[in-house]
Amino acid sequence: MGRYVARRLLQMIPVFLGTTLLIFLMVYSLPGDPVAGMFGDKGADPATLAKIRHDLGLDLPLWQQYWNYMTDIILHFDFGTQIRNGRPITDVLGEAFPVTLQLAALAFAFELVFGIGLGIIAGLKAGRLADNAILIFTLLIISIPVFVLGFIIKMVFAFELGWIEPNVSNDQLVSEMIAPAIVLGGLSLAYVARLTRTSMAENLRADYMRTAVAKGLPRRRVIGVHLMRNSMIPVVTFLGTDIGALMGGAVVTERIFNIKGVGGLIAESITRREGSTLVGLVTILVIIYLVTSLLIDLLYAVLDPRIRYA
Amino acid sequence: MRGAKSAKWVTGAIIVALAATACGGGKSGGGSDAKGAVDPNGIFSVELGEPEKPLLTGDTMESNGSAVMAGLFSTLVDYKADGSLEMINAESVTTTDSKKWTVKLKAGWTFHDGTPVTSKSFVDAWNWNANVKNAQGLSSWFADIKGFDKVHPEAEGAKPTAETMEGLKVVDETTFTIELTKAVPYFGHKLAYIVFAPLPASFYKDPEAGGQKPVGNGPYKFKSWDHKKKIEITRYDDYKGPNKAKNGGVVFKNYTTLEAAYEDLKSGNVDVLRQIAPKDLPVYRQDLGDRAVDQPYSAIQTIAVAFYADQWKKPKAIDPRVVQGLSMAIDRATITKTVLNGTREPATGWVAKGVLGFQEDGGAGVTKFDPAKAKELIKAGGGVPNNKISIQYNADGGHKEWVDAVCNSIQQATDVQCVGDGKPDFQADLTARKTKQVKSLYRSGWVLDYPVNANFISDLFRTGAGGNQGDFSNKDLDAKIAKADSAATLDESVKAYQAIEKDLKNYMPSIPLWYYKVNAGFSEKVSGVAYGQDGDPILTGVEVKK
Repeated sequence: MGRYVARRLLQMIPVFLGTTLLIFLMVYSLPGDPVAGMFGDKGADPATLAKIRHDLGLDLPLWQQYWNYMTDIILHFDFGTQIRNGRPITDVLGEAFPVTLQLAALAFAFELVFGIGLGIIAGLKAGRLADNAILIFTLLIISIPVFVLGFIIKMVFAFELGWIEPNVSNDQLVSEMIAPAIVLGGLSLAYVARLTRTSMAENLRADYMRTAVAKGLPRRRVIGVHLMRNSMIPVVTFLGTDIGALMGGAVVTERIFNIKGVGGLIAESITRREGSTLVGLVTILVIIYLVTSLLIDLLYAVLDPRIRYA
Repeated sequence: MRGAKSAKWVTGAIIVALAATACGGGKSGGGSDAKGAVDPNGIFSVELGEPEKPLLTGDTMESNGSAVMAGLFSTLVDYKADGSLEMINAESVTTTDSKKWTVKLKAGWTFHDGTPVTSKSFVDAWNWNANVKNAQGLSSWFADIKGFDKVHPEAEGAKPTAETMEGLKVVDETTFTIELTKAVPYFGHKLAYIVFAPLPASFYKDPEAGGQKPVGNGPYKFKSWDHKKKIEITRYDDYKGPNKAKNGGVVFKNYTTLEAAYEDLKSGNVDVLRQIAPKDLPVYRQDLGDRAVDQPYSAIQTIAVAFYADQWKKPKAIDPRVVQGLSMAIDRATITKTVLNGTREPATGWVAKGVLGFQEDGGAGVTKFDPAKAKELIKAGGGVPNNKISIQYNADGGHKEWVDAVCNSIQQATDVQCVGDGKPDFQADLTARKTKQVKSLYRSGWVLDYPVNANFISDLFRTGAGGNQGDFSNKDLDAKIAKADSAATLDESVKAYQAIEKDLKNYMPSIPLWYYKVNAGFSEKVSGVAYGQDGDPILTGVEVKK
């Protein structure tokens, strides 16, 4: 087990370097000059542009920029500064990540509880009315685009009923985050429910289930331990990758509900050619993906002892 | 097996507490006694994007930052709605030959940190802003001043040979003189711009902190900047200027989208908007009633010609009549009404409304929709090369719709093929302009820098001017501009520029489309909301109800 974890951690290094390099190259190959872009229609003289470029190290060859950037991150945990406002990128990320983390955690809790809950009901009552109702409900959610769902929720709960504020204020209260979390977690909830349902319905007919029932175990234990544990592996896999997706994929939701998180920051950094901000963001997202996928792999062993690691 | 650690599913208790935070129009009831009464210390909020750059006087060029800076700093002068000057920090700004200017300051002004505002505060600030070492985006504003080329050499990588401009001289505590390299009759109007604001002595010790926590001399002092969330400024009680704040302060609230800001306006969470999102434009007048704002401001949208492109250059330079024809083929009235929801007003010339020297029909009829005449002109001018044009625009700015409409209009009126040439975003659009990759035409716009018609002509169409990105160049016009610039008085200069504008028709450096309007709104909590010529709300005049 220990060796497995160590190997996995070592594997992270090339993945980490590779992804940051790729993103770095992609951003710098986009057309459009970030420094000239600061001046818009009115333009600026070459002397000023050259001075700004020099101060930011943008006049160096690309490999040298990447080298400087990576050494700063690794040695000083310094992600550089933003081109436009000169703020340290660690500050910018430090503001955006907690907000998105809060949103993603709420969305994750929502999809976990309701997704698995609905999946269990549907799985146990496979083919009956409850199962069909849940099927229709999840199909509906999957087929509605996120921004439509967002507007519907705003329309009904904020404008018609007046239960919630239409937008998340700048204090980012937890109570304000519930509506966007439901929108963000909605799609995954449907997938979780469908995965759980299929997995459970299949395993209901497995040999070990028959054995467990034949042994005379109480129904709660049969379902809660024997059935659930074995049915959770595909679901846990999905949930694991979904954490990363929730962190990075909230662009639309965050825009609709005026949340100043990672999603908006990614979009802004692309349009403003803030290369170093973007690389910093992606770096952290990559780490989140790597860590969660490691945790998921370790969780397999807990769920199913047949899966062992050398 | 029985004792096996079972995977525990700790289901984090979700509190579905759709908190019934009082928002069902709690304020609308209101105490009847307080109705209409004004709270002189009331604080109101304004929708604002995150300023792109630190709040430096020499580097704030976009509207988010300028809105805040306008509250924090006062310049020597400001201009009134008719374009005439009003003295703010200056007692007087005088000149006899438009070349040597003398500024007298009002006595007793202080910065927010308590230090006095003296002539040195201005001279030092200007020298700092102009110096190429400090890489301030607005440094070219000092180019008129004698000795600018020493502190800010044009060439890439060149080092400044002086720290101060020799044209600036401190006479005494409250007097200083400015010597320009040549006469600029409207230099007094330029002084209203934020880059000419004074800076306190403390600024130079740590300019970086000055950009995060600016200390100014304006009607408001800086309180806090919570990045991407809000900026707070409060009234400066020792303010000596004529534009003292009628409210206690302003909170600039950050929104990710204009739609979100509009929703918050309707639910009473924000008081003043600067702009309404396209989605809400068709309904905002009904929604807001007399709180809806619809007024012109000094900005213009044009289609500029990329004169360096082969299409316009080879085998011979394009005849202006062709561009005239294209201009007359555009049905501005219909497009502004339908596609743009009445948020723009058809332009009749190159100078925007509200600036000194604006004249009705400055384009001398070249913006009139007349398909027959358009066809005739294009034919007379030798036709559009290849009979095909394209209009470059940035697709992230909501320009596609009107570019398509303009193209349709041209195509229907003249049979010239016209397509939109969308660049993915503004950066790519700008790069294409800068590297001279524009194939035919491109959309362009201009918001006033100072309210004199010269700003819309000299700064756009003079050979080598900063805003002249299409490489338009004409010796006759340059000579006329130089003459207008050297006029003895402002009046004469403005008149000379009016004549030039009427004459621009014969050069057609660009096609004027329409003037911008402020489409905005405010909440029931505030009154006295007015918008300046730059389109930003005038903060000091807003009154907050109790």
